[in-house]
Amino acid sequence: MDGAMTESTKLPSGQTRINSLEMRGITKRFPGVLASDHVNFDVKSGEVHALLGENGAGKSTLMKILYGLYHPDEGEILLDGKPVTISSPTDSIDLGIGMIHQHFMLVPTLTVAENVALGLPSSRGVLTDLDRVSKRIIELADIYGLKIDPDAYVWQLSVGQQQRVEIIKALYRGAALLILDEPTAVLTPQEVDELFVIMNQMVKDGHALIFISHKLHEVVEISHRVTVLRDGRTIGTRLTSETTKQDLANWMVGREVGFAPNRGQSTLGEVRLSLNEVHCGSDRGTPGLRGVSFDVCSGEILGIAGVSGNGQRELAESITGLRKVTSGRVFLEGQDITNLAPGEITDRMLSYIPEERMRDGMIKDFTIAENMILREHHKQPYSKNGFLNLRGIANHADELIESFRVKTPSRETLAKNLSGGNIQKVVLAREISRNPRVILAAQPTRGLDIGATEYVRQQLIEQRNKGTAVMLVSEDLDEILALSDRIAVVYEGQIMDIVPRENATPEKLGLLMAGVHPEEGAPVVQ
Amino acid sequence: MITELLSTTVLIGILASGIRLATPYLYAAIGETFGQKSGVLNLGVEGQMLLGCFAAFYVALTTGNLWLGLLAAMIVGAAMGLAMAFVTVNLRAQQGISGIGFYLFGLGMSDLLFQRLMGTVETVKGFQRIYIPGLSDIPGIGEIFFNQNILVYGAYLLVPLAWFVLNKTTLGLKIRAVGENPDAADSLGVSVARVRYFTIILGGTLSGIAGASLSIALLNVFQQNMTSGLGFIAVALVYFGAWKPVGVLGGALLFSMVNSLQLWIQVLGIPVPSDIAVMMPYVLTILVLVATVSRVRAPSALTKPFERDD
Ligand SMILES: Nc1ncnc2c1ncn2[C@@H]1O[C@H](COP(=O)(O)OP(=O)(O)OP(=O)(O)O)[C@@H](O)[C@H]1O
Ligand SMILES: [Mg+2]
Repeated sequence: MDGAMTESTKLPSGQTRINSLEMRGITKRFPGVLASDHVNFDVKSGEVHALLGENGAGKSTLMKILYGLYHPDEGEILLDGKPVTISSPTDSIDLGIGMIHQHFMLVPTLTVAENVALGLPSSRGVLTDLDRVSKRIIELADIYGLKIDPDAYVWQLSVGQQQRVEIIKALYRGAALLILDEPTAVLTPQEVDELFVIMNQMVKDGHALIFISHKLHEVVEISHRVTVLRDGRTIGTRLTSETTKQDLANWMVGREVGFAPNRGQSTLGEVRLSLNEVHCGSDRGTPGLRGVSFDVCSGEILGIAGVSGNGQRELAESITGLRKVTSGRVFLEGQDITNLAPGEITDRMLSYIPEERMRDGMIKDFTIAENMILREHHKQPYSKNGFLNLRGIANHADELIESFRVKTPSRETLAKNLSGGNIQKVVLAREISRNPRVILAAQPTRGLDIGATEYVRQQLIEQRNKGTAVMLVSEDLDEILALSDRIAVVYEGQIMDIVPRENATPEKLGLLMAGVHPEEGAPVVQ
Repeated sequence: MITELLSTTVLIGILASGIRLATPYLYAAIGETFGQKSGVLNLGVEGQMLLGCFAAFYVALTTGNLWLGLLAAMIVGAAMGLAMAFVTVNLRAQQGISGIGFYLFGLGMSDLLFQRLMGTVETVKGFQRIYIPGLSDIPGIGEIFFNQNILVYGAYLLVPLAWFVLNKTTLGLKIRAVGENPDAADSLGVSVARVRYFTIILGGTLSGIAGASLSIALLNVFQQNMTSGLGFIAVALVYFGAWKPVGVLGGALLFSMVNSLQLWIQVLGIPVPSDIAVMMPYVLTILVLVATVSRVRAPSALTKPFERDD
């Protein structure tokens, strides 16, 4: 590169810094949507610039433009003051821009090293040089404090580890500017802390970072500046040090927002869902659930707290018929539903909001209206005698789009063209609106903006107050504490304890989540 | 009768022709493996083979040069691949249906050309067996493995070569990634379209060679529809082989050995109805597919057209 470069313009990875990057007057139209409307945005070396905005505000779109995945209709991008054209990811990678996508971009059947090497020239010409790639991965991992095994297959990794692979991928390509699109949405609080350590290190070394998140405390903690988008327009940019969480919330939504939901009144009724000594396997052959028993009653919210991967997924799947229960029984309103087909369980009015909504909760190539009747399509008013009733389907969709404020040009839009948070809303709307007897909600507010989070939480509480039994699986302790009447903590496929809300503190739950009984003070050994 | 089957000469004969008969399957199925690994199901293999078959035969017949015949088959196969790539990659057509279209085209076109240009069945002197001093003389082994023509050897060399390309080269890495998660490959600057063009054209070329191996190396004639379903079996072998060249080899050998056995049963006049004998390899394929297919997962993006949502 330029021989006159001094050491200080280099990053530890050997790459040249990007001192400043500016997006000016960016406009992007999709059919029926103005996703970016003359947006201005800039980021400098050595800072984290947070991008805030409601679901569908245009954050991902703007970032995909910067990364070369979308082409802007208008506007220009200046790198260190000079205009650049970015027409594909190849261009952006060459310029030193990296991106961590809202939905990870990894090939699960390949190893970490193969994922990193993909698309790069090899030092051995046409042959791969995975051994050298692995060595470099380990070097980079050391510099930035990322623990990763280059030979592991990606499908074996936890979400947090997969994200590290994404970061390594970008650093390996010499990213001086890194875009992180909702990197924390799928992470446990501990993994978020680890990510922030890495991000702080990168900033100190002179990287420029763009950070998107709906969690305001994270934005306040990690960023130097904040820009708010609303309906594709820049509302403004501020120094983080000069704002608070509450300011940001009001600014973003355009009205006062409260953080604590109003719990109202509810009367506890009969047992609706009951598990008795349930055992099941997991995808990796280890025991998934090992003797889980609890009841959920009409009019209560039972929170399931725990670090992800301790059996939450297996729990939800064995109740909904998606996973075989190897021993024990599951009862819905007194009737044995153990190992019934998922459709039969659905028809007994159990609603399920799966954690991986993109994969398990919807059909990406169906319209919103179709997705909204997936569970009830065989019933009136959506169909009669085997014929779909298009009017009924349309009315239903329009009602839900309005009440859940799904941001979409029309009910006929394909689900895959919605923003991440709006995809979530479609699933939530479908499940909550059918007036179920039991709702099983896994991470229901993941990826939602604060307004939508508030709305969904309120909906779950209203369901409870109407007498529905609600089981809420969440890794967000604040959410568990705000909503639950009782809290069950899972650890390694077992229920550690069930604590009434009044006796629950974050500290106590934290210990239980780590497998420690607070009274005994020692880890439980099975 | 059965004792006749078990005599050494007959056994050697069965094995030698089994080795030989695997040739067209290997070329076609290895080619198909590349396509499927990159996410493209090509059901047009049979049509590509038929045209390759005819092209090789006709050029060899008129020029007297077998190598020119082989080259013609490769060009015709590649051209069919190019068309298939355009239809599935650029026009994003449904792969299964367009594959069937290409099959029917190849079937009709090869027949038409045959009627127009030749009219009657003729024969050529195809690629001859190659005598390898030493090896060919080993009793039994020599007859089975080292008394074959060049296209047979080529087919077996293709297996490790394909494995090597898929697993040890940057191109192979791209092919595997594009077949599993094209979005991820695209986000790293890998051109999904270019990779798929490459694999489909390569597959077409190899199908062309597969056709040529029939008409100018194994049977040395051309007849209408002379592949009679062989290309479809090749597609099945890819599933059977779990998208691995060595698995494809296993499948091709199993299939051609049973085929060779049934041919010998007929030659020896063992009283098994010939229809039943001819059915054997196909029934076997179905049974083995049923038994194996559920255990391995196809490339995730198989049959899915790629499109950046911009
Ligand atoms: N490929 C596409 N085709 C059509 N419309 C699109 C496409 N991608 C995004 N949109 C629309 O553009 C708007 C902005 O979407 P974008 O994904 O940028 O939102 P976002 O701010 O990232 O939201 P979230 O917080 O939910 O992720 C949305 O209305 C969305 O429906
Ligand atoms: Mg987004």
